[in-house]
Amino acid sequence: MSLCLQARQLACERDDRWLFEGLDLDIQSGEIVRIEGPNGSGKTTLLKILSGQLSDYHGELYWNGSLMHEVREHFLANLLYLGHAPGVKAGLSPLENLAWYQALSGEQGTETQREDALSRVGLRGFEDVPAGQLSAGQQRRIALARLTLTPRALWVLDEPFTAIDRHGVAALEAQLVAHASAGGCVLVTTHHELTASPVLRRVQLG
Amino acid sequence: MWAFINKLRSPKWFYGISAKLQPWFWALAALLLLTGTLWGLAFAPADYQQGNSFRIIYVHVPAAFLAQSIFVSMAIAGLVFMVWKIKIADMAATVMAPLGAAMTFVALFSGAVWGVPTWGTWWMWDARLTSMLILLFLYLGVIALRGAFNSRDSGSRAASVLTMVGVINIPIIKYSVDWWYTLHQPATFTITGRAAMPMEMWAPLLIMVLGFYSFFVGLTLMRTRSEILRREANKRWVRDLIEELR
Amino acid sequence: MSSTNATISSPVMPVHDPKGGLLIALNATLKRDMMLMLRRRGEVLNPLVFFALVITLFPIGISPDPELLAVIAPGLLWVAALLAALLSLDSLFRSDYEDGSLEQLLLAPQPLAALGLAKVAVHWLLTGLPLALMAPLLGIMLALPTGSYAVLALSLALGTASLSLIGAIGAALTVGLARGGVLLSLLVLPLYIPVLIFGAGAVQAAIMGDGVTAHLAILGALLAVALMLAPWAIAASLRISING
Repeated sequence: MSLCLQARQLACERDDRWLFEGLDLDIQSGEIVRIEGPNGSGKTTLLKILSGQLSDYHGELYWNGSLMHEVREHFLANLLYLGHAPGVKAGLSPLENLAWYQALSGEQGTETQREDALSRVGLRGFEDVPAGQLSAGQQRRIALARLTLTPRALWVLDEPFTAIDRHGVAALEAQLVAHASAGGCVLVTTHHELTASPVLRRVQLG
Repeated sequence: MWAFINKLRSPKWFYGISAKLQPWFWALAALLLLTGTLWGLAFAPADYQQGNSFRIIYVHVPAAFLAQSIFVSMAIAGLVFMVWKIKIADMAATVMAPLGAAMTFVALFSGAVWGVPTWGTWWMWDARLTSMLILLFLYLGVIALRGAFNSRDSGSRAASVLTMVGVINIPIIKYSVDWWYTLHQPATFTITGRAAMPMEMWAPLLIMVLGFYSFFVGLTLMRTRSEILRREANKRWVRDLIEELR
Repeated sequence: MSSTNATISSPVMPVHDPKGGLLIALNATLKRDMMLMLRRRGEVLNPLVFFALVITLFPIGISPDPELLAVIAPGLLWVAALLAALLSLDSLFRSDYEDGSLEQLLLAPQPLAALGLAKVAVHWLLTGLPLALMAPLLGIMLALPTGSYAVLALSLALGTASLSLIGAIGAALTVGLARGGVLLSLLVLPLYIPVLIFGAGAVQAAIMGDGVTAHLAILGALLAVALMLAPWAIAASLRISING
């Protein structure tokens, strides 16, 4: 089965100001696409549109050749979106946080799977500490653990490197490249230079 | 039908057509309101129970009619906006809300004034007045919600959802308030709830109701037009229009 | 389309169909929200303390005369419980909105209306139901006539479920606003009036010895309507609020 996300003549108007107009995008298997542009150029809005969160845009979105809103469930089952806020509950432990996310995608999962995912992002030993007591970087890592826990083909990552230390940045970058070369695709905004990515494509906004 | 809906997508088209329609509604409103007022105040017979004070009905009832109709119109506009993304509908809903709130206030105020000769007090928890008061709160909620959003688009969509939720609730509120009222004050006289009214009394009332509706349509067209100009101020056709006027 | 050649040679990650598993997701959401609420006991206890406190204010503000209190007790208890339930509504979606979980909830391959309903159910279980169970106790303090206690608890249990559902629409509409709390009350209170009328009416009917089945049936009908329509309104409102 193919894997591609297409946008045709995408335009977004926010209170009488065009954030972008006439945008055509083809994102396919094996690609890392980086959305670039100055602050306020609509990077986050574009990612939200492409991940199916916003509905007030002009133009059409296609997922594997079908109109996105017709195959929404299928699209969402293959999407992993990480936004500005990590989506980690301070009152729950990392394990409990991951358990909810796993259940949302419809699978029960096992404790071992979740522990493995946590240890891959360097959170071994923190499994049962309330996430509120962890640092911002560690909370972000809980969110990043979902990348391996629930395998999805399309990753949409809004500033995923925020609050991550240098070692973590290198590991995450390697993970993005590995995902792309395994045939997945990555859509990312970041202020960080992606040095290690050979397949990087840039889309300029603004 | 579809052609019409597609035309509605263009604010420019609506701006043109409304300019042609508007004067007719103003003229109709002036004619009806003048006839109704004269007939109602000067020629209709006095009520055998209430004397001349009943004549406030010619303001109270049309205002109360409009107050409810405007909310329903806003809900329909909200639905059209949400389903077909027609911006004109949202602009109309935006300008209708203060008008509806004002009409509700007029109905409440005239009801209170009417209460003085009828009940000897400015306020009674009468079923109709209570429902009107709740309707006023619904209007204020919609207006406040729309204003609370930073993004106008989100404010419009939120106000549309709230109006639709409200319009489903209005009949429920109305029936429960009526029920509550009959339970607590079974024997009180209600101001407008009488059965037979002679023709000389209700004919001017009908004319006034129609006059209020024409006035509402005219005013909504006018205010929608200025809302169009405000929202489309950056569009080419509005700029051209302003150039022409200079 | 420039990368067509590249995609032929490189592997393509399998795309899978949605797994379904709505029950798993609902169950996990119920469990998660329960756990979160129970870990912050204050959030569960505050509405109850508020309820007791407001009820304490009335004898002080009006009169300690048991006969007078007995007359106004059904209304007082219902209004105070309604306000207590309202008080806790603002936090229903707010923490999820702030930490980004709400975005993830919207992107789950599950119907949002059902997930929203699960959150409302938790709100009712930990707010409405305790209020209903506590009300008879406060009824004693207001000299509520005997014979109406069971109806008081039952009407509150049924009524607060509708209040949670209707209120959640308001909470979803205002969750993206910085100071949505007061606005939330303005939006929601007018919609609460039918529930208040039939809820307090049920208790009054029980005091007067009239049949209460009609009242309870209407409360049940209101709940049924709310259950059918509110989840869709909640889902639509959340989608709007996430736009900012």
